[in-house]
Amino acid sequence: MTATLIANVVIAGLLTGLVYGLMALGLSVIFGVVRVVNFAHGEMMTIAMYVAVLLFGAFKLDPILAALPVAALFFLFGYALQAGLINPFITRPEHSQFILLVAVATILTNVMLMVFGPDARNVQTAYQLDSWAVGQIIVDKARAYAALCALVTTAGLFAFFRFSRTGTAIRACADNHLGARIVGLNVKHLYALTFGLGAACVAVAGCMMTLLVEVAPSVGPSYTLLGFVIVIVGGLGSMPGALLGGVLIGVSEALAGLFFDPSAKSMISFALLIVVLLFRPQGLLGSRT
Amino acid sequence: MDRRSFNRNVVVAGAAAALSPFGIARAAGKLKVGVLLPRSSYEALIGQSCQLGADLAPGVLKAMLGVDIEIMSADTESNVNTARTRAERLIEEGAHVLVGAFDSGQTAAIAQVAEQRGVPLVINIAAAPQITEQGYKFVFRNFPTAGELVKNGLSLIGDLFQATHTVARSAVYMHVNDTFGQAMTHGINALLPRLTQLPFKIVETVAYDPAAKDLSVEVSKAKAANADFLLLVCRLNDSIVLRREMVKQRWHPMGVIDPGSPGIYEEQFAKSLGKYADYIIDNPPWYNPKGALTGVVEEAFRKRNPGEKFVYHGLNVGYTFEAIMIAADAFKRAGSTDPKALADAIRATDIDKRVMLGGPIKFNPKGQVDGNLSACVQILDGTPKVVLPEYAAEAKPVFPWPEYKGA
Repeated sequence: MTATLIANVVIAGLLTGLVYGLMALGLSVIFGVVRVVNFAHGEMMTIAMYVAVLLFGAFKLDPILAALPVAALFFLFGYALQAGLINPFITRPEHSQFILLVAVATILTNVMLMVFGPDARNVQTAYQLDSWAVGQIIVDKARAYAALCALVTTAGLFAFFRFSRTGTAIRACADNHLGARIVGLNVKHLYALTFGLGAACVAVAGCMMTLLVEVAPSVGPSYTLLGFVIVIVGGLGSMPGALLGGVLIGVSEALAGLFFDPSAKSMISFALLIVVLLFRPQGLLGSRT
Repeated sequence: MDRRSFNRNVVVAGAAAALSPFGIARAAGKLKVGVLLPRSSYEALIGQSCQLGADLAPGVLKAMLGVDIEIMSADTESNVNTARTRAERLIEEGAHVLVGAFDSGQTAAIAQVAEQRGVPLVINIAAAPQITEQGYKFVFRNFPTAGELVKNGLSLIGDLFQATHTVARSAVYMHVNDTFGQAMTHGINALLPRLTQLPFKIVETVAYDPAAKDLSVEVSKAKAANADFLLLVCRLNDSIVLRREMVKQRWHPMGVIDPGSPGIYEEQFAKSLGKYADYIIDNPPWYNPKGALTGVVEEAFRKRNPGEKFVYHGLNVGYTFEAIMIAADAFKRAGSTDPKALADAIRATDIDKRVMLGGPIKFNPKGQVDGNLSACVQILDGTPKVVLPEYAAEAKPVFPWPEYKGA
């Protein structure tokens, strides 16, 4: 096994992992603030992928450019979903929230099946099959662009939470719900904003994913599961943790495929999850609460 | 009747019999054929493709054999239990013979019902060998078993090398890691050492998840083996993902050869990959594009489905049509819809004018047709074309690929 082969595989895993990280970031942001686990996360990303495919089909709009309008659309969708449907469940037992979001996921999957049918769809951009060759190292252009967009989006989200007044208010809600209400923050509005931001993250991730994989209505649950694995490994509620988890899962799956058996890739992700749960249950960058 | 009129009648009857491959005697009544196919859920695409063959069969067979056929269609929903209950229901509703069901698991379940109820089942497509190894008396299959599929597919690779005056010494073998992929792998590992005319050795084997959305690692690993060509056992979606990854990773072996799995010859493969689909080779069981009966079936197909191309449905339509033709031919000879008489007549089938490639349709004592053949099918200008065997070829094989620069 040559060093070039290992380097190629690690680079591919790293780039894919960054997009995974962005997808999981939405899940982590929502849980970190609203304390609701979004079981419809993968299905929401699948819808975003379909919107990107439709925009490409109708206007030849590159998924990277489509990310902005799709994110805006998903922000509104997420805001409305939180304000209209999830907010009444915030104070209810966790199993009610769980069933509610599983129901949303099932409905979304079936609507996609009815609208788009069971066949897989994709986009075919001019650069999708291109790559850069640096000596014997080959870097897939689409994967690199997708990873770069994931990094930019993540940086933007960090900046928003760190430097904007609304971001600070949202963090205040996450830290102390009662205190936030006492000082007069509109918690319900901030929760809806957060859900909207999480949905926007997943929309950008969905647009980027269309550059890498095909979309079919059935893919949602596997992305939800992947999102959970990543945020649990990285630390539920931790934004850097989500990105780190994504990269770890991406690279470990790639290396597992290389050194063991490609069929064993997901087994390695779950083995990593068990190890983290055993020795650091709060996740690598999560805090004990 | 005087001597002249007797002679005239004999001549007319003889001429009519000579014109029709199956004779002209008309069977009484109507044969009810219960067609079981996975027309929804994950196998829907292929199930619906097979159904097109069932839909055109009554018209074509009425003209050919003069028998009336009623198709009773049932959807197995790509599910073994549903297949079993639908078979029961079709028999309750009066089906005289069953045809189906594309998938081996569903077909095995239907075969149990057919045997218990004493109603003949003619299998259109299903490769699991054990279905005709159970000693069933009412189960018949006109489709190669998995072992035959592999043997036919590998033999054609030897023929391809010979036809193109090429020698490939090594192959990297990639296969989808599901029941089908494992069965094919088992067959390849068992047969390859015995096929001494094949000059290549498998230097690396890479199994991958059928649901994999990303095959970059698998392709990197296969490319690193530096083999002459890629031997591939795949399904549709993964074959598209894999080919894309080959392009991205700038991997240009002598070619990609599939010994006979589905996927590569389907419309979506060429549609999704455009020019990158070209030159890929698959050796599946195939129809004879130059056969007289194929022409008749293709014409009927075109009339009924003006928006569809026969080449993408030929395998499914051909084998489904032939299964119903076997039932209709038996019905005509038996002159009865009695299940036992039909089964006896099916057992005595001898049909040499076929849609599919292979010898005459004759069942061995196990109820299996031996001698169904595969074709070497290559994607050329976005369309699957038979390149071998020569007698059925529509184009000359291109191997190695034009982009191959040598080892």
